[in-house]
Amino acid sequence: MLLGVVVLIALLGPAFAPDPSTAILGTPGHGPAGGAPLGLDFIGRDVFSRLLDGGRSTLLMGGSATVLIYLAGIAVGLTAGYVQSLADPLLMRAVDVVLSFPALLVMLLFVTAFGGGSVVLVGAAALVLFPGVARIVRTATTEVMTRNYVEAAISWGERGFAIMRREVLPNIIAPIVADLGIRFSWAIILIASVNYLGLGLRPPTADWGLMISENRAIISSNPLSVLAPAAVLALLVIAVNLVGDAYVRHFGRSGDDR
Amino acid sequence: MKPAGSMVLQARDLRVEVANGAAIIEDVAFELRAGEILGLVGESGSGKTTTARALFGHYERGLSLRSGEVSVAGRQLTTPESFRQARGQLISYVPQNPGTSLNPSLRIVAAIGDMLRAHPAAGTAAPGHDAVAQASAALLGRVGLPGEEEFGRRYPHQLSGGQQQRVCIAIALSCDPAVVVLDEPTTGLDVVTQDRIMRELVRLRDERGVAMLYITHDLAVVGQIASRIAVMYAGRIVEEGSAEQILSAPRHPYTRGLVASTPDHLQPRILEAMGGIAAGVGERPPGCAFAPRCRQRVDHCDTELPTLAEAAPGHSVRCFEWPSTPVLDWTSAEFPAKQDGPAGKAVLEVEHLSAGYRSRAGRHLVVRDVSFAVDEGACVALVGESGSGKTTIARAIAGLHPPSDGRILVGGQPLAGQAQRRTVDERRRIAIVFQNPAEALNPRHTVLSSVARPGRILRGLGRAEADAEARRLLTAVRLPARIAGRYPGELSGGERQRVAIARALIGQPDVLVCDEITSALDVSVQAVVLELLHELRRQLGISIVFITHDLGVVATVAERVLILESGSICEEGTVAEVLGAPHHEYTRRLLDAAPSLITTIKAWQMVR
Repeated sequence: MLLGVVVLIALLGPAFAPDPSTAILGTPGHGPAGGAPLGLDFIGRDVFSRLLDGGRSTLLMGGSATVLIYLAGIAVGLTAGYVQSLADPLLMRAVDVVLSFPALLVMLLFVTAFGGGSVVLVGAAALVLFPGVARIVRTATTEVMTRNYVEAAISWGERGFAIMRREVLPNIIAPIVADLGIRFSWAIILIASVNYLGLGLRPPTADWGLMISENRAIISSNPLSVLAPAAVLALLVIAVNLVGDAYVRHFGRSGDDR
Repeated sequence: MKPAGSMVLQARDLRVEVANGAAIIEDVAFELRAGEILGLVGESGSGKTTTARALFGHYERGLSLRSGEVSVAGRQLTTPESFRQARGQLISYVPQNPGTSLNPSLRIVAAIGDMLRAHPAAGTAAPGHDAVAQASAALLGRVGLPGEEEFGRRYPHQLSGGQQQRVCIAIALSCDPAVVVLDEPTTGLDVVTQDRIMRELVRLRDERGVAMLYITHDLAVVGQIASRIAVMYAGRIVEEGSAEQILSAPRHPYTRGLVASTPDHLQPRILEAMGGIAAGVGERPPGCAFAPRCRQRVDHCDTELPTLAEAAPGHSVRCFEWPSTPVLDWTSAEFPAKQDGPAGKAVLEVEHLSAGYRSRAGRHLVVRDVSFAVDEGACVALVGESGSGKTTIARAIAGLHPPSDGRILVGGQPLAGQAQRRTVDERRRIAIVFQNPAEALNPRHTVLSSVARPGRILRGLGRAEADAEARRLLTAVRLPARIAGRYPGELSGGERQRVAIARALIGQPDVLVCDEITSALDVSVQAVVLELLHELRRQLGISIVFITHDLGVVATVAERVLILESGSICEEGTVAEVLGAPHHEYTRRLLDAAPSLITTIKAWQMVR
C-alpha cells in the first residue's frame, strides 16, 4: 500500500507539478506561500515541484543499485557457502578487500575515472555495498548446508546448482529480505552523497537525495526544503521494509519451525 | 514401602489457558508426600511441562492460570511474590536440557552461589565467599561430583552432559527444598549416565526425604524410580495410581496403549500401535479427549466427560469403560526362538571402514575398522552411545562422509566415497532417513514435491509419474491424501518422519539406512513407525540398517545387532545372542543400565 503510494508519487508526480522543476521563482529559502506549498529551495526553485519530479531518479537509481547489490551478493555468498573448499576463503577474502575501502572513496574513484553518469553511479554503489549482502548470504548458506534435507538431496545426487536453488535459496530468503530496506536506503544515501559533492548527477536535476544535500545551507530559513524530501525518502524506506516483512511473514507459514 | 511422610505439595484444580480461553491443562490435581516420587507421564503436548511450571507460578508467554491452588509445605502460594519466595527454597526445578539452562559464562560455584545468596537461611545475612565455596563443595559431593575447588571453578562447557545435569540437581537442592520438580532430567543422556543419575536421585530421596515430581515420557524409566504415577493426556490426568497398578494393570485404554507400545529389550515383539494422533489444544472434543482413538469407545464418550473413578484403592481412572480394558499379557516375556530372517545374499557390505575428521591436531578417527554385511531383507542394528560413531557410519554408507579407509559394497560393487561420484543406480540403491524430523524436510517445499523429487532424479520419472508415485507412497506410509499439499511446518514429528520414509522409498532402494529415526518421537508414534518399517520389509523385501541407542527398539526391529564402542565393534551377533547372553563387558554395562519395564514388573510379581 504505502510502497504503492510512494512509487506513484515518484512516477506520476511530474505530471502534476505546478512549476517546472528547474525554474527559479523567487528568493532562495522563502517559506511556504500560495504557489509553493513547501516553499523555495536554496536558489529559489519550488520545493514541491522538485519533490514530485525527483522521485524518479531516486527510485530508479536506488532500485537498480539494490537489485545489482543482491544479484552480486547472493551469487558470491551462495557460491562461497556452498562449495566449502578453497574457493570459499578466496571469495570471502576478496569481499573483505572491497569492504576495507571507505565506501565514498571508491565511489569517487569510479566517478572520477568514468564520469558521473547514472550507470556509473549505480554500478559503483553496487560494488561498494554488495559485500555486506554476500557475507550474510554466506553465513546463512553454511548454516542451511548442514541441514538434513540438504544432505538428503546430496545423497540422491542433486546437482550443485539445483541444491543452491531448490534447497538453500528458499530457506535463506528471510534474512536476505529482512535488511532489504537498509541496503536500499544506503544505496540512495551513497548516491546522494556523491551528487552532493557535485561529482554525480548534474545539479539542476531533481533528486530526493540531492535535494536534502543541497538545501542543507538554508535549513534555517525554509526547513521544509530539507524535511519534505527526507520524509518521502523515509516513507519509501519504511515501505520497502514493510513489504519485506510481509513477504517474510507470508513464508512464515511454511517455514519457521526452528 | 516406606511410611507415608507429611504432605508437602498439593495442587488442586489447575487450569492454564491460552489467550482465547482454550485450556492447555485443566482439572489437574495431585498430592505429594515427603520422600515420595510421583511420576508424571505423558506424550509431547499432553501438558506435563505446563503443569510443572504452574507449580512455580510461571507460565509461558500467552498462557495464564485461570483457576487452581498450589500449596507447598503447608504454604498456600497465590501472589507472584509468594511464588518467588517459594521457588528454590521450598520447591525447585531441574530442567530438561542442562546444556542450555546453565549460564555458560558462570563458573559452577558461582551458579550455585547465586541460588544460596537468593535464599539466605532465615535470620542471617547472605553468605560470604567462603561460606558459598564450602556449601557448594558439600552440594557437589552430595550429587556424586568431586567437591574440590578445581572442579567448582570449571565452566559448564567443560563438563559432560551427565555432570551438567548433576550440577543442576545440586543447584536445585542447595536450599533444602521440600519438593524437587524434574522435567525429563535424563532424556538427552545415554543409558549409562541416565542410570547413574537415577540412582543418585533415589539415594537423595532416601537420605533427605525430598519429594520429587518426575516428569518423563519414558515408562520404563518411571517404573524404576516412581512410587506413584499420574498419566496425562490432552491436558488432563487420565489415570493415577501406584507405579505397579499403572504399569502392570493399566485401566485406561490410553495408558494401556502406552505400556503396550513401549519396546523392551527383554521382550522382542511387534508393538501394539495406537491409532490416530493426539488432539491439539483447542480441537479437543467435548467428551473424552481420547475417544476418537479409543477401541472401547461407547456413544456417550463423545459428549460426556468421564470423571476420575476409583478402579482400586489408590487407583483412579478417567474412563467410563475401564472395566473392559483388556489386561496386559506379560507372560510371554521370554526370548522367542530365533525368527530366522530370510537368508539371502549380502546386499550391503562394509569392509574395514574407517572414517574421521581432520583437525589442526591431526586426524581424528571416529570409526575404526568396522566391517559388517546386511543380507537381503534383513535388518541389522547398530547400537552405541553418543559419540560411538554410529551416525558417521550411516553417513559414509549414504556417501555423505568419505571414508578414510575401507570399502562399502552394494551388490558386490564397491561404491565411491562421495555421493556425487556414484552412479545414479548406486545412489538409488541406498536411501537414508535422518534422526531429526524437524530438519529432515525442506520447509519451503510441499510434502508432495519433497517426496517426488528424488523419484525424478533417481528413476527418471516424469513430473506426473513422480507425483503419482509419491502419492502412492504417502498412502503406503499411512498418511492421509490431504497431506500432500502441506508444508513440513504444519506436520507433527511423526508425520514428518513418515514423509521422510516415503521420500527414501521412492527410489525403490535395496537398503534403507535409518539413523535414530524414532529417537525424537513419542513412544506411541515410535510404535507406529516401527510397525511401518516391519511391514515395508515384509512387502518390499527391503534391507535395513537401523541405528539407535535404544536396546528395546533393537529387540523389536532387528535380527542382527552390532554394539559399537568408541568407533569399533565390540560385539556382534543375533539379537537373542547379544541381548540374551552378552559376552563383552561394555554390552553388559549397556544392558544393565537400560531400563526395562518387564524387569520392573517381574520384580513386583516376585515380591507378591
